[in-house]
Amino acid sequence: MLTRLLSGDTPRSGLLTALLLIVLISLAFAPFLFPGTRSLETAARICIFIVLVASYDLLLGYAGIVSFAHTMFFGIGAYGTALALASTGPSYWSLIWGTAAGAVVAAVFALAIGLFSLRVKAIFFAMVTLAVASAFAVFVSQMSWLTGGEDGLNYKIPRELTPAFKLIDEKILDVRINGKLLAYYLVFFVSAMLFLVMLRIVNSPFGRTLKAVRDNAFRAEAIGYRVVWYRTTATILSAVMAALAGSLLAIWLRYTGPATTLSMEIMIDILLMVVIGGMGTLYGAVLGATLFILAQTYLQTLMGVAADATSAVPLFSTLVAPERWLLWLGVLFILSVYFFPSGIVGRLRAGRA
Amino acid sequence: MSEAAIKPRIEKIPLKEQIFQKLPVFLVPMLALAGLIAIGNPSSWLTLTVAGLAMGMMIFIMASGLTVVFGLMDVINFGHGAFVAVGAFVGFTVLAWLAGWTASPSVMLNLAAVLIAILAAMLITGLLGLAFERVIVMPVYGEHLKQILVTMGGLIVAQQMIYVVWGPDELHISRPQALQGSFVIGEAAIEKYRLVAVAIGLVLFVAMRHILKKTKIGLLVRAGVENGEMVEALGYRIRRLFLIVFMTGSALAGLGGVMWGLYQETITAHMGSEIMVLVFIVVIIGGLGSVEGCFIGAMLVGLLANYTAFLAPKVALISTIALMVVILMWRPQGLYPVVKAK
Repeated sequence: MLTRLLSGDTPRSGLLTALLLIVLISLAFAPFLFPGTRSLETAARICIFIVLVASYDLLLGYAGIVSFAHTMFFGIGAYGTALALASTGPSYWSLIWGTAAGAVVAAVFALAIGLFSLRVKAIFFAMVTLAVASAFAVFVSQMSWLTGGEDGLNYKIPRELTPAFKLIDEKILDVRINGKLLAYYLVFFVSAMLFLVMLRIVNSPFGRTLKAVRDNAFRAEAIGYRVVWYRTTATILSAVMAALAGSLLAIWLRYTGPATTLSMEIMIDILLMVVIGGMGTLYGAVLGATLFILAQTYLQTLMGVAADATSAVPLFSTLVAPERWLLWLGVLFILSVYFFPSGIVGRLRAGRA
Repeated sequence: MSEAAIKPRIEKIPLKEQIFQKLPVFLVPMLALAGLIAIGNPSSWLTLTVAGLAMGMMIFIMASGLTVVFGLMDVINFGHGAFVAVGAFVGFTVLAWLAGWTASPSVMLNLAAVLIAILAAMLITGLLGLAFERVIVMPVYGEHLKQILVTMGGLIVAQQMIYVVWGPDELHISRPQALQGSFVIGEAAIEKYRLVAVAIGLVLFVAMRHILKKTKIGLLVRAGVENGEMVEALGYRIRRLFLIVFMTGSALAGLGGVMWGLYQETITAHMGSEIMVLVFIVVIIGGLGSVEGCFIGAMLVGLLANYTAFLAPKVALISTIALMVVILMWRPQGLYPVVKAK
């Protein structure tokens, strides 16, 4: 039953299983284990980014395509939901059609970009997506009458998902059972479901063929698989998943703006998460996203301590200043591309063998 | 044996083919003409055209290194933008040291200060290119996926190092006295600095063409683009050649950075990644690996960006993407494809 739920792709390493279980349990009981708004925000962010990073891994790790337009699809999903909620009011109906519209638009965009540039080399696709994504980000921030420009959109979500709504009056384990909690569990369960769907996709015959195309496109073509079709489908699937993750973010934050969805920084974050976690395995996305977001939230505090301790050493203390956390993750990123291209997950699995 | 005996017979290409091959050259005047019709007012058209050409030249300077590096070694450097930013910061630092020279009314001192700033920037970015090639790019030759990832990582680290060295704030500097202000021709005001940028760009383009077409090193580079293994088999060290080209490309990016910085008068650590978008569009339009295509692409993008910024400011960046799409529909490999799809 469990193996079936995981589509036969078990973690295959004791330590990895343990880590994944820790992540799963922590996220499932986050409101009770780690009370406080900040940790709940972090937990929701981790859930959403696990989906986003896994969908990127579908493209990078399984199809071997480097795209820089992933935040564009993420943003399309978020803006789809946001615009629907802002224009037709906070009903479940507008939430659903907004999300669906976002996913469809993302799929159409992905199809266009894929057909247009996947026939040529991988590098070409990377460059085209980079250009298109930045143009899209600028475009969105300029269409201020529709998207609110740089300020983004604030909107209401259905009342049952806001802190104002009380499910029951008394607290359970000292935690208020309110709409915010419901919203968190909505995010959690939808994320978990999307993750399992993706696990199903990569372990299906389609996923196997995708790997074959990645490893040797020429041979796959010779055997009779239409390489362009497989690559384009992978692009579309990953775009739709990213759009759904974007919708989750829009519901959770009740705010959508260019900085939270479309910026290049987020794209780089996703890239770092995939590579550090492990390309070509969806479990890598779980570990990568969790570690990265924890580092983003809590490493800075740690580095602040280090910077204070070494303030006597002039250059070193600026290097470990809390704002420079991305520097060290960048170095880690380069090292992991060289030395463990299969990331943390690959290491753990190899350690067992 | 006489010289004539071993001269290979070169087949004449039919005129129709020749015109078709040369067609992209006419795109720039055609676009300028279309701009004139759309804008209507000749004097503002002239101002915009000069601005567009200046912008195009600066993009060309930054993009040329990238495209030659790709042509020669099949390496695309996503961290190229870091050299642009570092060049701009080094140049600004030098100009700040020479503040006495730049503020003086003497034209010679002004130009000397700019020249020193440019040379310093090119030296530093050239050396940085050396380090980048050795440390970051060399271990991943031939693996596109890793190249993209690793050079992207290099960009992140380089941008963060700029923050460490120069601090998190953006830098402002005003142009030297001699490069401020503008000429007035008829009713059109043309900024002096833009003319200087156009001049530098043209000189550089002519020099690059000369080096690539007339000198031995250029011959080797072109041969390397065509068939690297054969060049190696003939006893040339293509790796070293590549290193030289990579360093030159990085130094040019540094030059472009200083010029762009002086153009905007404000620089930030992530300016490189912003300009890289335009640079990539130019390289794609021109055809990966082609200097001529890159030049034409840069002019087109520069002109179009300025015309649309005047006519419909909101769609300026979208218009360059649209241009790219149109060009790729016409020629899927870019204007002058040099590198065969490997």
